[in-house]
Amino acid sequence: MRVAQLTKSATDTQPLVLTKKSSFFNKSNITGWLFALPWIIGLIIFYVFPLGSSIYFSFTTYSILQPGEFVGLDNYKELFKDKIFWISIYNTVYFAVFFVPLSIIFGVSLAMLLNMKVKGMALYRTIFFLPTLVPHVALAVLWMWLLNPGFGLVNGMLDMIGIQGPAWLGSETWSKPSLILMSLWGIGQAVIIYLAGFGDIPEEFYEAAEVDGANWFQKTFYVTLPLLTPVIFFNLVMGTIGAFQQFTLPYTMTNGQGTPANSLTFYVMYLYDNGFKFFKMGYASAMAWILFVIIMALTAVIFLTSKRWVHYQGK
Amino acid sequence: MQAGVKKKFQITIAHLVLIVASIFFVIPFVWLVSTSLKPLTQIFTFPPEWIPRPFQWDNYVRATEYIPFFTYLKNTVVITVISTLGVVLTCPLVAYSFAKLRWKGRNVLFVVTIAVMMIPGQVTMIPLFLIFNKMGWVGTPLPLIVPAFFGVPFSIFLMRQFFMGLPDTLRDAAKIDGAGEFRIYWQIMVPLARPAILAIGLFQFMGAWTDFLGPLLYLTDEHQYTMSLGLQQFQNQKGTEWGLMMAVSTMMTLPIIVMFFFMQRTFIQGITFSGIK
Repeated sequence: MRVAQLTKSATDTQPLVLTKKSSFFNKSNITGWLFALPWIIGLIIFYVFPLGSSIYFSFTTYSILQPGEFVGLDNYKELFKDKIFWISIYNTVYFAVFFVPLSIIFGVSLAMLLNMKVKGMALYRTIFFLPTLVPHVALAVLWMWLLNPGFGLVNGMLDMIGIQGPAWLGSETWSKPSLILMSLWGIGQAVIIYLAGFGDIPEEFYEAAEVDGANWFQKTFYVTLPLLTPVIFFNLVMGTIGAFQQFTLPYTMTNGQGTPANSLTFYVMYLYDNGFKFFKMGYASAMAWILFVIIMALTAVIFLTSKRWVHYQGK
Repeated sequence: MQAGVKKKFQITIAHLVLIVASIFFVIPFVWLVSTSLKPLTQIFTFPPEWIPRPFQWDNYVRATEYIPFFTYLKNTVVITVISTLGVVLTCPLVAYSFAKLRWKGRNVLFVVTIAVMMIPGQVTMIPLFLIFNKMGWVGTPLPLIVPAFFGVPFSIFLMRQFFMGLPDTLRDAAKIDGAGEFRIYWQIMVPLARPAILAIGLFQFMGAWTDFLGPLLYLTDEHQYTMSLGLQQFQNQKGTEWGLMMAVSTMMTLPIIVMFFFMQRTFIQGITFSGIK
């Protein structure tokens, strides 16, 4: 219904504009540009210009302390020989590979729970959203403590059922799974977006399915999920980008050290260290660009596959 | 009658599932609040105890004295409120021009906006820091406030989706009545878009309220610290003041929880994806 309306109104107004002789400075163009002006300025100052200069910096030995000189591809060459760089890539990919799919499965399931029509939903929704509202620094401290091998709540509970819990954040093997667990606890924002996605699915589809005698399972897998794919797609892209930018949680939990044994040194943490601790801003800029290329490549892959699995309404 | 019983049964099951799932989400938070009220000696007991013995309300008073709490609170409020104001003023305006106005370069600019959304903040972080440093803004809250007035891509995108869902007929009618574009926007479109404006405002508010990396980079003087940075001061060489830290975390979290509880319906209404094409 809505889609039909949209396309209809779009064709209604189009001829109106086309009949005006399109000079660049006509009224319609000027109004449009004026409305968008703050963002055009912001885009140039806060995005395009910094983006351009960071390419340049990545070819220099720039630091705040000294102007630095042009060194060509040296930063990049050095990076590929840098052990911690590879460790940070491994850690980040490990996190993303497990976290992103899990966050989609849990996110959609939670959203389905929270979309039921029962009393007290405002309270339930608030509870599920709670972790998103706790400041990351507090969240980090909280979890450090819940997962404390000696006196933490998690091992305390495992102890009660006779399981000796691992050292969690203190163990090289368990530190990353711990972080994934913590991050899953904070997927409230994605859940909200899924919930909004449910709101966009027209009620008629369910009515039609019901007339056809579809059960809950069929309604979920043949109506809800296919029509939710645009939103899943959106969250997949944003979630992947977010996973590669993991910073605050591991940083505050390990006081910026990435302990134990660099098992929590994530890409952006190492980038931050290089830029703002060692003042190797050229080196850090090179890292930033590699990250950018990785993210762009992944996004492109997601976009390319999306034709196979994302279904838009009205198509 | 039979159907009524079945319905009741279903609703009970739904509540049960929701309550069990809620426990997992609420436990860490209950733990946070409970610890904020415990005496130091009780914090490290094993197995863990849930109820503070005695309730150490004093932790809250001591926490506000241990760090300059009210200064940090004021700083956080100033940054959060002004930057939210910036986002709700600018983003709807820009989004409206993307959704409803017709102008040359619009589609190209919109694609660029989406692309920008995918740039990791770290790529622009260093040059931006240098720009702000040149302008003499490092050590002031300005870098955390001013950019919000020039638009945030994610919020522009969400707002545009919302405006796309509003019918053009209203706009056309107002146009026939001789209203200018800005009046149409301000008097017709903005009131209609209230849920979406609330949603982007809330996103910005929560982001700024709990932001850590931004203040860490730009606030060099302790007088300007926000609460996120203040939390770290409870960890020092002598160890960590767990109870006090949890007290401040609780105070930091409560206002947004209350806000979310009352606004969640409108908040969710404000986010729409039906216009993605």
